[in-house]
Amino acid sequence: MMGVSLEVKSISDVPREEYYASGHRTCAGCGPAIMCKLAAKAAGPRTVILGATGCMYVANTSYYLTPWVVPWMHTQLGAGGSAGAGTAAAFRALMRKRKLRGEKINVIALCGDGATADIGMNALSGGMLSGQDFLYICYDNQSYANTGIQASGTTPWGAWTTFTPPGRASPTGNVRLNKNLARLVATGHPSVEYVATASIAFPFDFMTKVREGLAVDGPAFIQVQTPCPKGWRFDSSRTIEVGRLSVETGSWFLYEVVKGDLRLTYRPRELLPVAEYVRAQGRFAHLSETDIETVQKRVDEACREIGLAPSSER
Amino acid sequence: MVRRVVTGVIAIANAVKLADVDVITAYPIRPYTGVMNELARMVADGEFDAEYVIADCEHSQFEMAKHASMAGARVFTGSAGIGFAYAYEPIVVTASDRAPVVAMLGDRTLDDPGCFGVEHTDALADRDLGWIMFFAENAQEALDMTLMAYRVAEDARVLLPALVCCDGHFITHVYRPIDMPESEQVKAFLPPYNRQYLLDPDRPVSIAPQVGSSGEHAYEFRRQMVEAMVAARRIISEASEDFGKIFGRKYPPFVEEYMVQGADAVLIILGNMSMNAREAARQLRAKGERVGVVRIRTYRPFPDVELQKVLVSAGAVGVVDCNFSYGSPLGGGIVCNDVRSALYGFPRAPPVVDFFAGLGGREVTVEDFIGMFRILLTAARTRKAEKNVYWIGLRE
Repeated sequence: MMGVSLEVKSISDVPREEYYASGHRTCAGCGPAIMCKLAAKAAGPRTVILGATGCMYVANTSYYLTPWVVPWMHTQLGAGGSAGAGTAAAFRALMRKRKLRGEKINVIALCGDGATADIGMNALSGGMLSGQDFLYICYDNQSYANTGIQASGTTPWGAWTTFTPPGRASPTGNVRLNKNLARLVATGHPSVEYVATASIAFPFDFMTKVREGLAVDGPAFIQVQTPCPKGWRFDSSRTIEVGRLSVETGSWFLYEVVKGDLRLTYRPRELLPVAEYVRAQGRFAHLSETDIETVQKRVDEACREIGLAPSSER
Repeated sequence: MVRRVVTGVIAIANAVKLADVDVITAYPIRPYTGVMNELARMVADGEFDAEYVIADCEHSQFEMAKHASMAGARVFTGSAGIGFAYAYEPIVVTASDRAPVVAMLGDRTLDDPGCFGVEHTDALADRDLGWIMFFAENAQEALDMTLMAYRVAEDARVLLPALVCCDGHFITHVYRPIDMPESEQVKAFLPPYNRQYLLDPDRPVSIAPQVGSSGEHAYEFRRQMVEAMVAARRIISEASEDFGKIFGRKYPPFVEEYMVQGADAVLIILGNMSMNAREAARQLRAKGERVGVVRIRTYRPFPDVELQKVLVSAGAVGVVDCNFSYGSPLGGGIVCNDVRSALYGFPRAPPVVDFFAGLGGREVTVEDFIGMFRILLTAARTRKAEKNVYWIGLRE
């Protein structure tokens, strides 16, 4: 990566080489699989990937098959932060003691939202405090998709999951307000120099952020939204479209926090009504007009807080 | 060779330094913490070069150690009691990923009730998971076993993690004079950690993928673990012999025998309590009673052949269990039931008596051991144990 600009501006800045190739059995239109491809391209060949249990373990790396052209190793569901810190500590020690030579090796922990926001919260926080040089990427499909779509800490309010089925006694589905993961990392870990949110629907933005995160000498964190056709209930041809709608309605922001300063990396020209995003997904099909107004109000508040003009104030 | 007076934890910290460990992962819990305090000091003072990583809990601590090992680093970690239990998941996968992590355990009673005293259940509850397990008797042996642990664990024919178990307080905190090895000796004994399949971008591999759930591969992986444990028996013997030649301290690889020749009654024991057991045997031998002690140094792989050799000719065998195993066969402790099954099927197998003793750190005196020997001598005469289990020193 020496001497190469970190920013991916257009397709001509994207390497032709694939480091995440065939050999996986993810669903058609899988958002997380697109994330793997983009992250691996951005990071390049001198990279080690540590994959926590989840879709990108079970559907990705079956014995005798592997889509990974770079070294990959499984880590436990709640151990993404520890895997990153431990591996990076080994490389740092071995290179300093001249037991290992050559250019820097990128270390990336790839973990789902359940692995990050729930069971791996300890390890995430510990890893962010460790000072070790690795990038933690949380691919956020807002559910435990691998086990059959259960609610996680990032599942949005009102979503159907198999743990939050809308029913006669409880018509809303998920009533928990999702954790704000990237902000939790950024606010709670002042020594982390790079935190970002991203979306696979904005691939250049995401790839640039992967490179920025890797360029920092210390832990970095990216939460990338990866729509899931099966869990969010939309047609597998619409993954990128749903991802764009999330950002264009203000339901998801693209920003980076560099040494504590938050900056939006993409500003929608005019935010669309949130209903366009919500109605595109079967997991919200049971929500009433009033429910959607509630969602819109929350989105408006979040937009004001981050410095975007809410769609209802156009 | 320099003689120093140190505690068990300081002794082990010196072994870690002598082994030129690359990554240390730390989290505090009594009574093992002192080893991490000393290592932190050594690293801060520039006495040796290692990455010292502070973990947020034992789960993370052992995961970090596992991953550092898989990236090619020589790794040291450790814990005690319920802290080791908190790391149960990484303990399982460290072995099945074949990561030769070396850990020290300051054996401690499992909660509740909260108690700093020694019990061996923290280690023994994990005896079936693929860790090589050594039990030290004192600070010198703790240091020596730590060096042994790296040599055996990292051997390409083994590649299993190893645990050096030290009785909380009695080893971790007690000062003893020890011979500090020279670094040249350690270099001669311990080759650098150098394994073939690692996370190396020049030779990419995918490690620990998902296997099919209809039994395509997991079964064979289990068998490979068993074979590694079998190989470890041979490697432990080899390494013990080399250790004696290089350092001048000769240890029997699996069991240490004391006055067992022609013994009517033999006590099997682990750890530091064996000192009082030996003293009791010495006193009784002086009075003409034929009693002896066998101390198990290596618990996994289990020294079945070595115990059979010593015990089949004994009149009665007693096992001292400083652990618990609720609802176990015959109400026995973990060690007793392992010993009993090792002796099963021998036509003249002696009766086996279980003595629970020292749980929660309660002192087990020389007189207590004399009492145990008396029970065994009676059983040896009648070829029958009156009871399967005795609770020594219990307030009833």
